[in-house]
Parts: sequence; structure tokens; C-alpha cells
Amino acid sequence: MDLGTQRVQVVALKDGAVVGRAQGFSGFDPTKAAEQAVNEALTQANLKLSDVNHFAATGSAMDMAPYVNSTVSMMGADAKAGVFLAPKARTIIDVGAEEARAVKTDERGIMVDFVVNERCAAGAGAFIEAMARALEVKLEDMGSLALKAERASPINASCVIFGESDVVSLIHRQESKPEIARAVFDAMADRVSAMMHRLGINPEVVLVGGVAKDPGFVASLNRKLGLTVVIPKYPEYVGALGAALIAATRVKEAPK
Amino acid sequence: MSGVKDEFWRWQEYHRIMPNIKWSSKDIITAGVDVGSVGSKAAIMVNGEAYAWGITRTGSNSPESAKKALDFALKDTGLSVGDLKFIVGTGYGRVNVPMANKAITEIACHAKGANYLWGPSVKTVLDVGGQDIKAIKIDETGRVVSFLMNDKCAAGTGRGMEVFADLLQIPIEDIGDISLKVEKEPDPVSCTCVAFAKTEAMGLLRKGWSKEKVLAAYTRAMAVRMANLINRVGLEKELVITGGQSKNIGIVSRIEVILGVKTLPSPKWRDGGLDPMVAGALGAASFGKALYEKAQKA
Repeated sequence: MDLGTQRVQVVALKDGAVVGRAQGFSGFDPTKAAEQAVNEALTQANLKLSDVNHFAATGSAMDMAPYVNSTVSMMGADAKAGVFLAPKARTIIDVGAEEARAVKTDERGIMVDFVVNERCAAGAGAFIEAMARALEVKLEDMGSLALKAERASPINASCVIFGESDVVSLIHRQESKPEIARAVFDAMADRVSAMMHRLGINPEVVLVGGVAKDPGFVASLNRKLGLTVVIPKYPEYVGALGAALIAATRVKEAPK
Repeated sequence: MSGVKDEFWRWQEYHRIMPNIKWSSKDIITAGVDVGSVGSKAAIMVNGEAYAWGITRTGSNSPESAKKALDFALKDTGLSVGDLKFIVGTGYGRVNVPMANKAITEIACHAKGANYLWGPSVKTVLDVGGQDIKAIKIDETGRVVSFLMNDKCAAGTGRGMEVFADLLQIPIEDIGDISLKVEKEPDPVSCTCVAFAKTEAMGLLRKGWSKEKVLAAYTRAMAVRMANLINRVGLEKELVITGGQSKNIGIVSRIEVILGVKTLPSPKWRDGGLDPMVAGALGAASFGKALYEKAQKA
């Protein structure tokens, strides 16, 4: 179970293979949201709650997880799942709604080092959300919009709130929306890449978290880093998958 | 859209004419227009004395907001824009005040305005607006000596308070009083990022905190940020607070506790006094008078 600030994700693992996957909004009651997602994931796999050997929780609200047997650090989960999905992965970038982090891992998926951008929305998904609102564009359309631009508009990228004011005046000056959208992703890519440089960039680089699904951000990040990041099929489930993989090792160590 | 009564973040837009001041065409009548990120303020001065002002919310169009604020200030005065000898634009949108004869930074205008409102004893001005925190050191004539501002991050500014007012469903003008209704001051929240204000508040409410305690913790964190800025610029008495948050008693009293000094009391606009939220516009109008006189002599 990965209990984030905006969503919860659940992955059910049976004999090392994913058999169920579900998500929901954290809302006011992340515990309940996680219970529902667990139920849904188990239903997909034709399993009951009592069939589960070990529940592991991760994410910023992991202390509110139901059924929990143990917890896993978010960086540990990223490293484990990143290497499971892409065996050559040595750097995992996780960009979620409110936090971005980069994790250095060894070939076994054990976290070696990490850096986090926290307590500032400018390097996280919240930035795209706020700017989409200011641009009056749907969040899921921001990426394709940005890809149409040849250049980026100048905006204050150090702060979501200042950026929002800039976007409002740019719209008023009738600047092109694609160029504004691209500026948003370029700004985020700048922050994420600055964070990665503190860690050192070791290929392969795997990009996970909800923001990895945004083609606008991926294009800006690839351009900025000068490489092509690997994106797994379900990037938003990587935290939950990592927790499930670690849960499996804990079952072996201490059978229920 | 929800009705006006449900918009807890909405602060009062109003205009005021000082009854003790009269004007004639011989007088030097000047205006200052302060287009802020959240509020637009305009003030009219007659021979350098505050005569009328108006406060409105800034829209997406700075020139329109400037015009709206100035028209609001002129309302019922019998004056029109043509009667104004000199107009100074200031604030975040100062370059977009089309009717202005000159633009002056809001730092200089707040310094000048604070000197006008409180007199020569003011040496440190804290201006807290919608997205800005500025700590300004001034001399006894109201001139800027040095200043510091939050140019990279909007954490701890008035916008965050609007988010809290909405989420907690408390009118923004009551927030200060309510934040003081705690038996023991809680630790400040660790994050005052405006973009995260909502999740921060929800997290605390989920933990079972009362609205009062949540507000106290957030207001405390904002006050700590402001006090740090004042300490960095160097606190020198007297200290005054201008801008919208000068009306937030929760902020003002906490800054006083943290710094260990009293601020000079703010005039009370509800009781017919001046309004520290208009300090920038008043400073701008005051510069307008000096600039007009200089031009006449030349």
C-alpha cells in the first residue's frame, strides 16, 4: 500500500508476480481509501483479506495504513521496485503530487543514497496542477500542449504562487498557451535535475510517480538531462510495488 | 459558483472619504495607485494629507484593476481623474498603471506611507501583502535605508490565510482572533508553502486538532518567517506593520512575542481612522505631491 498526499495505490503480489492493482483518492480518510483499494486489488486476484501473508505500507501517510504488518521507507520502495522493473536502473526519480525525490540504488535494489525536494511545491506535481488551473487547461492536456511549443515563456519558476501570477499576466498579454505550458515543465525539470546533480546521475535513470505519465514533463526532463529516462508501464504504482516486493522478503524471513 | 456569503477568504472592499478635509481647485491633489498581487489600493491626497481611498481585489488585468481602484477612491469626492495633478503607480503591477505620471517601487512607497501614518519614530516597516513579505529599514524622513523581501517563495504570505479561511470556513477577518483562542500555543507547522496549505490543514484536522489550534500553528509559522526577515534586516524601534496582514491580530501579536517588542498601534479604519493596508498608495500619493512641486519649480 502506498498512501500518498493525493492518492493511495495498492499492489497485490503472489509468488513474485503482480496479480492485482488498484488506486483511489486519499481524501479526508486515507485509511478508508486504502481499505477500498486493497479490497479491489484482492478481488481482481480472487483473493480474500485472510489470504494475505504480509501487508507493507509506504508513502507520506503510511502511519494511517490499515491491516499493516510493517512499513517501508518511500526511498526503499522506489529502489526495490525500480530495479525489479528495470534491472539496469541505478537512479530512480520519483515525482509525486507534493514531493520529488531521487534515489541511488545498487543492483539488488537496495537504496544507497537519496535527495528529496520537500516542503516546496515548485518541484512537484502540484506545480503542474496550479498552472493548469491558471491556464484553464485540463491537467491531462498540459503535456500534449507543451509538446507543441518550440520555446518556453519566461515565468518565475522558484515558487508556484509567483508562477501563477506570471501565468495570469502572460495569458492577459495573449502569450501562447503551449509556450507557457512548456515553461512549466522546463521549470520543474530544472528543479529535478538540480536535485539529481547533488546525487550524481548514474544511468539507467528510471522515472516513476504520477508525474511520469505526463509526456510534457518527460520531454523537458530528457532535454535537460541529455538522456532518455526509462518509464515503467504503471509508474504511479511503483511505490506500492516496492512495498509489496519488500513484504514478500519479510514473509520469507518470518513466516506468519 | 458559490454565493458571496460562502466566500470565507473574501476581505472587505471599501472606500472612504475623510470628512475633515476639503479641497478646492487651487490645492495640490495627487493620487497613488498600488496594484498588489491580491489587492489594488488607490489613495487621494490634498496638499499631502490623506483625503480618500479605495481598496478592491486585483483582477487578472492590472491596468483595469488600477482604474477600478482609482475610480473607487474618487467615488463621491466630486473629483475626476483630470483634477489630479500627479499620479504615482506602485506595487507589483506598477508598470501597468496607465494613468500614472510615474512608477515608484512599493518598497519606497511603503516606507514613505509608514512615515506618514505613524510619524518619524518609525525605523522598521514590515509589509505583509498577498504574496509578499518585506522588511524595510527607514530613516526619520521615511527614506529607505535597506530592505529584504521574499523574492523566491510565497510561503507565509496572506494568500495562505485565504486558503485557510476557505477550508476552515471562517471569515478571513475573524481568523486572527480565532487563532488566539488556544490555551497553549502549539508548535508552528513545519511547512508554510501556500500551495500545500490545504493538505497541511487537512492533515492537522485529521489528527483531531481543533480549528483554533490549526490556525494557531499556521499563524505562528507565518509569524516566525516574518520575524526572521525582520531580524535579518536588523530590528530597530519603532516597528510597524503595513499591508493586509497588519489587520490580522494573530500575526501582529505573535510577531510582538517572538521579537519581544511592541509594534506601534495601527489606526483603525472601521472607527474612521486611516488604514495601514493603504500605506503604499498613500506613500505614492505623497511622492506625487513632491514630484508635482518639483516640476512646478523647474
